[in-house]
Order: sequence, then C-alpha cells, then structure tokens
Amino acid sequence: MKKRFGIVTFPGSNCDTDCRYAVKVAGAEPIMIWHEEPDFSKVDCIILPGGFSYGDYLRAGALVAASPTMKLIARYAAGGGLVLGICNGFQILVETGLLPGALLKNKTLRFIHKDVYLKSVRKTPFSYLIDEKDIMKMPIAHSEGRYFSDKQNYNPIFRYCGSNGEISEEFNPNGSIDSIAGIVNEGGNICGMMPHPERAVEGILGSDDGLKIFESIIAWLTDIKQI
Amino acid sequence: MSDKNRLDESRPIERGDCAGYALELNEYDILKKKLGRTPNEFEVKLAASLWSEHCSYKSSKPFLKRFPTTGKDVIYGPGENAGVVSISDKYAVAFKMESHNHPSFIEPYQGAATGVGGILRDIFTMGARPVLSLDALWFGNPSNKKTAYLVDGVVRGIGDYGNCMGIPTLGGKTRFADCYNGNNLVNAFSLGIVKKDEIFTGAAPAGDSVIYVGSKTGRDGLGGAAMASAVFDESTEAKRPTVQVGDPFSEKLLLEACLELFKTGAVSGMQDMGAAGLASSSFEMAGRSNTGMVLDLDKVPLRQPLSASEIMLSESQERMLVIAKKGQEKVVFDIFKKWQLDAVKIGEVIPEPVMIIKKSGKTFKVPTKIFSEDAPVYRKKIAKPNHKDFSVEIDRKINTKEVILKLISDPNIADKSWITQQYDQSIRTDTLEIGYGAALIRLKDDDVAIAATVVGKPNIVAADPRYGAQRTVLEAACNLAVTGSTPLAITDCLNFGSPDKPEILYSFSESIEGISIAAEKLNTPVVSGNVSFYNETDGKPIWATPVIGMVGTRRPAGKPNFMIEEDDILFLIGKPEQSLACSAYSWLIKDDLFYDFPVKPKIEWSESTKIIKAVSDMVKNNKLRYIADISLGGVAVAIIKTAIRFNLGFRLDLPFRFSAPQYLFSEPPVQFIAVADIQALKEFDKQNIEYHKIGKFSGNRVVINNLDISIDKIRKIYEESFSKALKL
Repeated sequence: MKKRFGIVTFPGSNCDTDCRYAVKVAGAEPIMIWHEEPDFSKVDCIILPGGFSYGDYLRAGALVAASPTMKLIARYAAGGGLVLGICNGFQILVETGLLPGALLKNKTLRFIHKDVYLKSVRKTPFSYLIDEKDIMKMPIAHSEGRYFSDKQNYNPIFRYCGSNGEISEEFNPNGSIDSIAGIVNEGGNICGMMPHPERAVEGILGSDDGLKIFESIIAWLTDIKQI
Repeated sequence: MSDKNRLDESRPIERGDCAGYALELNEYDILKKKLGRTPNEFEVKLAASLWSEHCSYKSSKPFLKRFPTTGKDVIYGPGENAGVVSISDKYAVAFKMESHNHPSFIEPYQGAATGVGGILRDIFTMGARPVLSLDALWFGNPSNKKTAYLVDGVVRGIGDYGNCMGIPTLGGKTRFADCYNGNNLVNAFSLGIVKKDEIFTGAAPAGDSVIYVGSKTGRDGLGGAAMASAVFDESTEAKRPTVQVGDPFSEKLLLEACLELFKTGAVSGMQDMGAAGLASSSFEMAGRSNTGMVLDLDKVPLRQPLSASEIMLSESQERMLVIAKKGQEKVVFDIFKKWQLDAVKIGEVIPEPVMIIKKSGKTFKVPTKIFSEDAPVYRKKIAKPNHKDFSVEIDRKINTKEVILKLISDPNIADKSWITQQYDQSIRTDTLEIGYGAALIRLKDDDVAIAATVVGKPNIVAADPRYGAQRTVLEAACNLAVTGSTPLAITDCLNFGSPDKPEILYSFSESIEGISIAAEKLNTPVVSGNVSFYNETDGKPIWATPVIGMVGTRRPAGKPNFMIEEDDILFLIGKPEQSLACSAYSWLIKDDLFYDFPVKPKIEWSESTKIIKAVSDMVKNNKLRYIADISLGGVAVAIIKTAIRFNLGFRLDLPFRFSAPQYLFSEPPVQFIAVADIQALKEFDKQNIEYHKIGKFSGNRVVINNLDISIDKIRKIYEESFSKALKL
C-alpha cells in the first residue's frame, strides 16, 4: 500500500500543491489537510509546506506556531511520527520550539531565489537513501533562512556546499551558521530545511535530486514497518 | 467643513463651483446635459474620476480601434478584464499587461506591489489561475540620485507580492535612460490558465445579488485615477497618500476563495475594484449587461467613516465585486468565511439601466452608461514633430574592444541577476526555461508549453514610432522562436507623455499603426492592453514607450536543450547588416538616436516571418544545438553572452566581405546566432535562408578583433556591472 503524506495548508501556504505533486512523483499518496480540519490519524508522515502562512505577520511562522493545529502536530511527533517542514514549514517548526534555534533575515537582507547544492551529513529517515557523497541540487526561495543558534543544541542534516561537495562561506547563500540548510531534532523524526526538494523532482525542471528525500521517507517507513 | 457636511454630498454643484473638483468645465456641461439637471457633489466627484483619462481612455479610444483584435484562437479580446486565447482543446490563457507608473514613482515599493496585485486580480476574475508574471521596468540614468532608490523599491515590491502569492515572476526587461529620470515605468504582465468551459466575465444579470468581498474600504488610493491622469511637477511628493497599500496575504486568500467560488457555479460575474474602485466595477459590470443596480453603501465594510463618493472611489486593495446568482448567496458567504475574508451583500441588479446608490438616508440616481460607454471621447489634434536632422557624419572607425567592454558593462545590457534573484522563479514547478528570450512554462496535464515575453524598444520608437513599434513586436516574436514556440497573441502597455501635445499623440497614433501592421503580419491579435499617458515631469515627456507582451505555445510541450562544445562553429542566421541605426551602439555609445538613421535596417516582412517560423520549428524539433536572437549590442554582445553561459572561449572569424566592425554592432530586425549541424544547415538551404560561418568556440579566451580577454574576466564585468553602476 502507498505511504500517505499529509500536507497541511494554512492560510498563505503556497507550496502545498507543489508538495502534493512531488509526493505523487515519488510514488506516495498525498492527503491534503486544511488547517481547520486537522486529522493526522491516517497519515504516515506530515509535511508543512512553504509559503507565507498568515502573511508572515509578526515573524515568519510565528502565528501558525500558536495555532491549535500545531499542538496536534507536536503530539504526532512526540509519538514518533515523521514531520518535514520545508522553508516556511521549517520556520514554523522553529517558532513552535519543535526544533531549536531561529531563522534570521538572509545576510543580504533580501529575498534570494537560486539553485544551491547541499549534502546530507546525518542518517535519518529523511536521508535514509542518501549517501554522504551525494550532492543534491535544488532551489532556495526565502527572505528569512539564515539559521542561527547560540547553543550547540542543533543536529545538522543538510549543509550547503559547492557542486563538488566543498563546504565554505562562498557556497553559503544566506549566512547560516555552519552552512546549515536543514536540521533534525534529537529523535531524528522532525526535520526542517530551507531548500525546496519538492521543486526538484524531474529532470525537465533542472534537477530530480529532491526526490531522494521523499523516497528516503518512503523507504524508511517501509523498512521500519517490516521490522 | 464639519465631518457631517463633508459626508453629505447631495448638494447641487453649479458650473462656477466645479473648479475644486478636477472636472473640466466642458465635461461639467456634458454631465449636466446628460442628467438633464444640475449635478450634485457626488455626481461631480464620480465624473471627475470615471471620466479621467486613466479610467475612460477618452483621448486614446479613437486610435485603439485600429488594432486587429480577432482571430480563430481569440475567445475574449479587449473590453474584458483580460484577453483570453485558446491554447489547446482543454485550456485557454488569460493575460494582460498594466502600467503602475505614477504610483511607483511616488512610492516605489507600494506602487509596484499594488501594480502586480491589480494585474493578478484582472487575471483571476476571468476564472484563470495566474501562473506566470513578467515585468518591464524603465528607470532614469543609473547615476541619477533617485534611480537606485526606485530600482530597489520597485524590485522588492514586485518580488514580495509575487513571491507571497506563489506566482513565479519569470523576469522581463529593465532599462535605463535619462528621459525616465522624472517618470519611471512599471509595466506588469501576468498570465493565467483556465479550462475553456470555466471562463468567467464581468456580467451582471438582473435579479442577482451584488456582494462585496475582500478587505475593508479605507481612504487609501482616493483620487488615484485622477493622479495617474496628470503630469508630475514639484507637488508630486504630496501625492504619496494617493498610492494604495498592498497586502499580498489578503490577495492570496482572495485568489483561492474566488477560484473555489467559480467552481460552484454560484456566481454570474466578478470584477476587481481597481482604479476608481467600487464605482468603476459596478458601473462597468452593469453597463456590459445593460442593467442597473441598487447599492446600499451603508453596508460596505469600512475602516473609517467615508462619504458616498469616497466609498465609490476608494482604491483600497484586494477587493472584488461579486455578482451572485439569486438564492446562491450563502455559497459565496461560506467560502469567504472559510478564507477569513469579509463578504457582504450590498445590493441587487435591476433590469432598468439605472444606478441607485443609497447612503445615510440620501439616494443618488444616475443612468448606468453615463460613466462608462457614454463617457466623453476626444479626437485630439495630432501633428508630426519637426524632424531632427539626421547625422551626416558617420564615424566608421570603431574600436571593437572599447565598444564591447562599454556595452557589456552598461546596466542596460549587463547581467541583472541582482533583480531576478529576488523573484521566486521555481514555485509551481512548471518553469521549463527562463534564460533564452522568453519564459517557457509547462502544464502538468496537457501536452503544450506556454511562452511569454515582454519587449520595449523606445530608443527606436522615439526616433521613428511606426518603424520602432514594428521592431518591438518582431523582437518579441524572435524571443518566442528561440524557445521553439509559435506566437499566438499580444497585449500592450502604451506609455506616453501628455496626449494634449499633438506631437505626442502623433507618436501614439504611429505606434499603434506599427503594432497593428506587425500584429497582422505575424497573425497575433491584440487581445488586451493599457494606456498610460501623462508620463512627463516639468514639461519633459518620456520617450514614447510602447511595451509589447507576446504569448505563444510550443506543441508538443518541451524545452530547448542547448549545448555548445569545444570546437563548435557559430553561424550568423539572416542577412548581415552594417547600418548602425537603431542599435545600442547609436543609443549608448554615440548617444544619438538618429545615428546612421537614413539607412536604418529595412523590415522585410515575408523574409522575417519565414525565418521566425523556420527557427521556431527547428528548435522545437531539436534540430539546432543552440540559437539566440540578436538584440541590444548586436552580434558582438550575443556572442559574449553565449560564451559566458557555456563557459567557453570564442574566436571570431568573419567572412572577408563582412569584416567591418559595423556588422558586429548592427541590430537588424530578424537575425540570430546559432550552432547548427549539417542537417540543420541543409534545412536553412532548403528554405533559402541566408547563413554565414562567423567563428568557433574553443579554449577560455574570447577573441573578437582587438578584444582578447579571458572568459573569467569578461564574466566578472558582465555580472558585476549592474550593482556597481547603481551602487546596490
């Protein structure tokens, strides 16, 4: 049976339909979940898509963080459920406290859209099929993506790099600490990332490297279920 | 005046008192005659706005009739909120371009943002989901003290709005010239996709309910239409409050709510409350259906107490007027509640063509068409300007190296990633290509790709409007051809100075003639558009700037797969040309728009259409390894850009009879550079299309006459000059 990905739409989410498409391409079943009717009982994983939930009022992700829906998502994660936050979804997870640190304004103080390279530095369900040698190309599109934390309390999963995997400030598009593109929680079941894997799922779009992240989740869910 | 008095607008206004209302005396007389009585204050204020040039097109209408507007694929031409053209059995595209010049000069961030918001609403009121935006921006000299501030604000405004809406902004054109120092141009293009059986129009049949949806009404943007119908002077700064404030979050909710609503079949019409707000949307919808409305303004959601005319004319953003089928109002209310937006029934459509407007116990009653179809139309004087003497001394000594370095570092030509990086270009996961001429997007469930481009060539139009306008349309077609697409239809933004000046109206009329000629030859009807007059400051007008947005299709869907390798030969496709008239060389190097003018490159229509079609077909069938059309900077700049893109050196080797540098910098109407194998060359031979071998890619140095430079170095110049020139 196909794995079911619950994709949550908040007012202002705008990458929800792209995630739906990517999940289909990856071979799973997308379940669209309107924020006022949250039912996560039938999904194998939750995606918080990108966008400008509540218009980024106050701070990106801040208003959703206070919503009843997020309480349910926190409970889902506490039970070991997988939660992937992409872009604004990452901002929401940080604002909620499900992931540590903060996402600050890019060092250029401007919105940045460009293709970046990243690599996985930690084995988790989200990088289950990804080798440390794999260099993935996908776009970033954000104003507030500079990851920061004043404590050593974060677990990097994805780091920005050059096309040959080299990590340096030259390839760090937004000024994130440690070139961080994505992190996971201690349990490894909550992941936040700024780049958009859902926009890199077919060669005709310039890259299908993002597919590996969705496929990792599917493979992990499948393997664990078998155990 | 006390607030109570200000809010009551029922008192009659005599001819002698109308000076304070920005209504011309002769128009006051027309109003009085049409009403058959002395107009009251409410009516005078509405006339001043709805009869403004911006809303009524009173000076441009007689000329716009010239456009060819019909064709086998055209579903809706001008007159609707956007033009609609069929692209397949299943789908149509709705598209339009609109200017937001005046507001963007007064308040660049909000002016540009609300320009994008307005054009997007025009698209989704047709039932179409916006999927692609472009923009054409013209600014003053980069060294002018205000230019960088305007560029920064306009780009952030466009980016923030489109990014938040989740609609990719796939580039456009940005240019700089002195004549825009006091009037920048912000032309926003947007395109939406709609299933052919789900297209909506702004109809208002009798018996239906009038529902106000979206944000609350405030005083913002009051008088915006009138502001956009006047020239700038030293009081311009004081007009800042007439610029609306945008909220893309509300618009995103409005977009989703409206598209959800269309699917229910509960509505018969919808229109954006854009320029002149509730007044223009209600009068226009009723006007189109030959009906009237009863509107109760006390029901309109307000942010602050407003008079009747203020409610009617406010340009608060992110609002729509919905005509709901009788008995189906609840469907509308439920959907808007879900999206957390106001939706209030404010009136009904009535069969009589009369608008009955109620406010605080007072009732105003005016004929529906008085402010739309019956608005005054003027046939203003036109006069050919005294022609400047053509340059007689043509300097044939060209230092290739100097000219190339100057052109490649001019902000008009240099790389503008600084701008495009601020636009989300990959959202919706349909973007196939943005780097070659036109933006190309796919549909996920139909085998057709859509190409769109915007082009303005005012450096040519300013010298010869009819010729320049044809060149503008031709370049748009060339842009589409290199993506393998076939032109389908066009939209336009006509940016000019004051129509009260006969020579400006002459260039307006000639530009329309030129666009029309080209549209007929290319079989691309004009399906929507916009006129922006009064782009002048302290008596100095901008160059006549007609901007063309062209849309085409590539069927079956696909994208160019260009690749250049070491030792590939480069060909020039089309006739070599040595006139430097109408080129970046004449504009940016010689600073003389008439340079070499007597021998300007001729437009050969049958030859042009033949080459464009051949190129488009060959790209579509993957018969060309690479092709690019020649634009600003001629062959030389096209070669440099290609070498940088593929990170390959190039050595020029022109055939002897074309060895003069003029051939490198001329910009004939239809010319390309290409990498083609023997099969492709045979195809060109077969179609009798001229081509010449002009050099070879190899190594890491670009060698063109006396220019000999490493790829890395020239890339650095190309990529860094824009930010440097603007100190951004």
